[in-house]
This record gives sequence, C-alpha cells and structure tokens, in this order.
Amino acid sequence: MTTQALPDLGEVDYIRAGGGPWSWEWLKTTDHKRIAIMYLLMIVAFFFVAMTLGLLMRAELLKPGTQFLDGAAYNRVLTLHGVIMICLFIIPSIPAIFGNFALPIMVGANDVSFPRLNLASWYFYVAGAVLALWSVGAGGVDTGWTFYVPYSGNTDANVVLPMLAAFLLGWSSILTGLNMITTVHRLRAPTMGWRQMPLFVWGIYATSWIAVLATPVVGITLVLVLFEKFFGVGIFNASMGGDPILFQHMFWIYSHPAVYIMVLPAMAVVSEIVPVFSQKRIFGYRFIAVSSIAIAAIGSLVWAHHMFTSGMADEGRIIFSFLTFFVSVPSAVKIFNWLATMYKGSIRIELPMLFAFAFMFLFSIGGFTGLQQAALSVDIHIHDTSFIVAHFHYTMFGGTGTMFFGALYYWWPKMFGRMYNKTLGMIGFVLFFVGFNTLYFPLFIAGLKGMPRRYQDYLAEYQGYHELSTYGSWIIATGLILLVLNLIGCMRWAKWWGSDAETNPWNAASLDWRVPSPPPVHQFHEEPIITDGPYDYDIPHLGDDDSKAAPAEVQA
Amino acid sequence: MSNAAAHDDHHAHYGVPGYDPVAWKMGMWLFLFTELLLFGAVFIAYAVYLETYTWHFTVGSAQLSIPIGTFNTLVLLTSSLTMALSIAALQRGKKELSIKLLDMTVACAGLFCVVKAFEWGAKFEHGIYPGSEHLLAMARGEQMFFGLYFTMTGIHALHVIIGAALILWVRARIKSGAVSTERITFLDNIGLYWHLVDLIWIFLFPLIYLVA
Repeated sequence: MTTQALPDLGEVDYIRAGGGPWSWEWLKTTDHKRIAIMYLLMIVAFFFVAMTLGLLMRAELLKPGTQFLDGAAYNRVLTLHGVIMICLFIIPSIPAIFGNFALPIMVGANDVSFPRLNLASWYFYVAGAVLALWSVGAGGVDTGWTFYVPYSGNTDANVVLPMLAAFLLGWSSILTGLNMITTVHRLRAPTMGWRQMPLFVWGIYATSWIAVLATPVVGITLVLVLFEKFFGVGIFNASMGGDPILFQHMFWIYSHPAVYIMVLPAMAVVSEIVPVFSQKRIFGYRFIAVSSIAIAAIGSLVWAHHMFTSGMADEGRIIFSFLTFFVSVPSAVKIFNWLATMYKGSIRIELPMLFAFAFMFLFSIGGFTGLQQAALSVDIHIHDTSFIVAHFHYTMFGGTGTMFFGALYYWWPKMFGRMYNKTLGMIGFVLFFVGFNTLYFPLFIAGLKGMPRRYQDYLAEYQGYHELSTYGSWIIATGLILLVLNLIGCMRWAKWWGSDAETNPWNAASLDWRVPSPPPVHQFHEEPIITDGPYDYDIPHLGDDDSKAAPAEVQA
Repeated sequence: MSNAAAHDDHHAHYGVPGYDPVAWKMGMWLFLFTELLLFGAVFIAYAVYLETYTWHFTVGSAQLSIPIGTFNTLVLLTSSLTMALSIAALQRGKKELSIKLLDMTVACAGLFCVVKAFEWGAKFEHGIYPGSEHLLAMARGEQMFFGLYFTMTGIHALHVIIGAALILWVRARIKSGAVSTERITFLDNIGLYWHLVDLIWIFLFPLIYLVA
C-alpha cells in the first residue's frame, strides 16, 4: 500500500452528517463509526467511575485500621471496581471502540456485515450497564467479580442483578465478535489477501473467535447459579450433591480466555503503532498473525491455573502448569518481533509510540510474574496475596489499559479530525508511567512478604508498601485526568488548543489513514485496490522499490 | 468532478452490507456455535455428575417414561423433516406448500411442549420438583439427576418455544413476500436453528431417559 490519501470528495463527515454531533439520530444509527463513538463515551465514563472506586480503596489502605470504609463497604467497593473494570471497560474497550471504528475501514469496507446487530450490541451493553448500576442502588454486592459459589449462592446481597448484567454484556461482546468475523470474511476488499490485512485486523479477528466460543460458557454458568437461587437446583451446592469446584472450572473456562479477549486487541494496537512510528515494515508479519491465533487456541486450555490451590489432581495441575508456561511463548514472539521492527527504524517519539513502549515494559513484567505463578510450588506461596493483584494489574491495566490510551492518541485525529497538545500529552504520559509503577510495584513485594489480597486492614509492617502504593494512585490519576482533559480540550477549545488533523499525520500505510479525518459516512465509493502489504511505507531513502510506489492505488 | 460524481453513483453501493446469503449463513453458524457451547457446559456438568453418581442416575432415570421420551423424539424428528421440506418447497417456488409445512413444524413444536408439560406435571404430582421436600429427602445423586433433568429439559423447551416463535415470524415474512425463493436465507437460517434444537434433544434423550 502507499501512504497516499484517497481523493477527498468534500463530503460531510460522519459526525456532522445526519443531525450533527449531539442529535438523537445517533441512538438509531447503524454507522459503525458512530456506534464506536457511543461506545467510547460509555466506556470512558465507566472507566472513571471504576477508577474513583479504586482510589477510594487505595485511600482506605493508606493506614492500617479502618479510615472511612468498613470491611463490608470495602468488599462492595472492591466487587464493583472489578465488575465495572472488567465487564464494562477492559473487555469491550478496544474491540468495541477501535474494532468498530477502524476495522471496517482497514479492510476497505463501508460498514460491518450486520449494522443493525451492531447497534443492538450497543444496547445490550447499555442494558448491562444499567443493571450493574441498579445493583449498586440495591445495596451493592460483596462477592468479588468472580461470583464464586457457595458464597454467591448464600449471601444476602442481590447478586441477581450483576449476574444478569454480566450475561447481557457477554451477549454484547458475542454479537460484536460475530460481526467482526463475518466482516473480515465477507466485506474485505476483494484484492486484500489474508496476508495483506493489517495486524490490528488479525488481532480483533482472533479476539472475536474467543469471544464467540468462550462467552456462552460463563453465561450458562451464571444462569445455573441463578437457577439455584430461584428454583433450588443445586448444581454447585454441596449439600444437594453439587460440586462448588465445578463452578470454578466453568467460570474460568470462559474467564481465562477472557483475559486474552482483553489483551489480544492491545497487542494488535501495538502491532499497528510500532511499524508506523518506526517507518519500517513489521518484522515477522506471519509470526505475529499466527501468534494471535496460537494465543487464542492455547489460552483456551489453561483455565485451571486459577485453581491450583482449590483441589485438583496432581496430574491435572502439572498439565495446566505446563500449558501456562507454553502460552507465554506466542506473547514473547510478539515482543521480539516489535523490538526487531524498531531495530534500525526511523523512530519518532509520539504519544502512541510512548504508550507502546510502556506496554512492552509493563506487560513484560506482568508476563514474567505470571510465569512465577505458573510454577506450582511458587504459586502455593503467593496465591491470594497482593502479588496476584500486582500481576494482573500489570497485564490488564499495564497491558490493555495502556494500549487503550495509546489507541486513543493514535486514532483520535482520525476519529475527530483534531490533534491534541503533544507537550501536555507527554506530561500526562510521564505521570501515568511513574504513577503506575509506584502504585503497583510495591504490591509485588508486599505480596511476597505475605500481604493477603482483598483485605481492608493489614499489619503495621506492610504500611510502607501501602503508603507508597496509595501515593502512586494519586500520581496516575492525575496523569489520566490530564489525558482526558487534553482530548476534550482540543475539541472544545479548538482555537487555542491543538490543531486540525491531516488525513495521515503519522504517515501510516493502512487504509484507515487514507480516508479523510474525520471520515465521511461512506468512506469508500470505489473498491480500494490493494497491491501491497499494510506496512510498506513510501520512503525513498529506505530504498522502497519503485514498482511498489505506484502513484494511484485507486483506479478511477 | 461531475464525472467522478456520476461514476460514484454507479458504485454507490460498494462495500455496503446488503443481501449477502453467505454472510448471513456465516453469522448464523457462529451463533449456533455459541448455542452448542452453552449446552456443552451443561453436558460437562452432566458428565461430571454421571461419573460421581452413576448408580443414582440409573435409579433416577428409571423413574422416567421411555415411551413418552421416544414419542417426543419422534415428534421433533418429524418437525425437522417438515422444516427441511418447507425450505425445499420454497426453493421450488411453492409458497403455499412451504407455509403449510411450517404450520406442521409449529404444530409439532406445540405437541412436544404439551407432552413435556404433562411429563413435568406428573413428576410434580409425585412431589419431585426442584426444592421440594420429597426431592430433598432423596439421595444426593438423585437430587442431582432430577436437578439436571429439569434444568436441561427446561432450557431445551425454552429453545423449542423460541424456535416456534421464530418459525411463526418467518412464516409471516414469507406471506408478505419479504422472504421468497430469491431471498430464502432467512428461512434457511431459521431451519438451521430448528435442526440444532432437534439435535440437542437427540443428545438429551439417551443421556436422560436411556442411561438406566
């Protein structure tokens, strides 16, 4: 592909078309770009709600003893933080926002295969969100986001609402996944071969398969818990012949693949950003594409590593331990390929690239600490300590969260046609990165020394770690507020904040950067003819061969 | 520019999702995968407890009526046949026949549900229903068997009802001409769903009725 822009026909863009930015038209739109923006608003709002809950927990843990949240209140805040962050933020974040916005454009389509179903997925999301909030109004839930039986079956708290919420949100992600798979197969430009798809498309494609195949299992599991509550069918109730451990298996059969639903899209974003800001063809395209599929496949077979201490045959534990070690291989393949891509590239330090660096650093720490837990003997020592909390925040927040913000900075100019203030963005990034490590790294050490997770109180000897961690939470929150302020500011106060974005500010080669910023409602009037890979940049001094830099890709 | 605009009009529908039978079928198959995995999870639970409580499952299963189960199996198999014939009829342009065959399919679905309701009702009369004192007094393995019996046949019956509703919907669309010989994919997809509902029963029947 070249980096040349498609002809701008001067059409009105998707934001101003059809009633403009704040009209009710949006609620019945089937335009994938508008649906993406509607997801964006909801998801960012919920992120800040859950972040506030996290700050409350950290503030409570500043000192030993009870400050302002007693044990019961702390459990409710903890559950809500987990449910919102996982179900309403991380899982839908990149696939629903950037998958919806960029994937159809990247494959040369004007929309997804089932636009009305796409809108329906958004309404499923909203319905799930309403139920989740309703459960707060109904007194909150104290089970933790995993809803483990027998406690979730016995507690007086209203677990029905959040479980129904999780069920609906699951359907939202299944339907989005179904749409993405079909779009890639059916609406990809006829001249775009599988090996010419941008790696972001590969990542979302693999993610969608996991979402479609794994989510129904947790759906039915939660339904079975509800059957126990309403009808007294004790499938997981030991006093009625059931087995609570079976619940854990069925829960993690989905929820472990779900962590790959969360992280694969983030890796997919890194695979877009690294070559663009190195202006160099991606190293090992096929390995990155196949490693996404490998992660999706092996990642479906490692669920029981969440249950090493729950009671399981030794043979089972050894097999799951081995598979857990094994699943780290394709992730490492990706990291090495990104590093090799940067080697001898012309690297530009822009905000998306900084977040990609942060991803590689933070996710590697998260990944290595994951391997420590995969080792059975070590896991028994660190199970249920704050080491685990630090580990999954490094992978989920340091991985997916970081790339969510990276993707915001990367696609923002395309989505809204506005470029943010880069200096302010850099300050925000430094606060984010420093704050992140200050917040979570001490929890590794405290955990190794025996600090249990989910505790509202602790012994005085852990105070130093907790204090440091709480200070970190204030730093990272400041960084994130700056980030959002910057993005809103460049839209709201356009005269003196930021600038108008060009069609291709990053000199990227994928199709999304060749349509106007922001794109018109129908981005393609002609079939885009793909003659080359998505990372072949027109850079004469890097010795691009002339035949590849054909002047007009799009035949009139 | 005007030239280009005229050209654009010609290609105005490039890349816009329209009637694409392959995409619709693909979407339907993906949805069917989710259904299979949903039931698959319950089948796993069944397998685990069959292994744990083999004897009690035999005792529980012996209390179910094999003739009734067999009759319902035949009813569902017949409904799958009429569904397939209905699609074949519409493919050949025989709209009236297609609608008639759909009516027969819905009738079979109704018959299945009525028989199922009587079967459940008979169990209820014997005091066997989830949470009943009689059931709680039984051995744990038998409680689990009947728990799974009501759960699995209940979720399946719900699918039969949803399937029947979908058939009535596609029937209305055939009548209005929205689904026709040329645009038959919607009927095809409902047919796929119906065969899945049938197929799941084919697995449920031996697991629940014949395991004794």
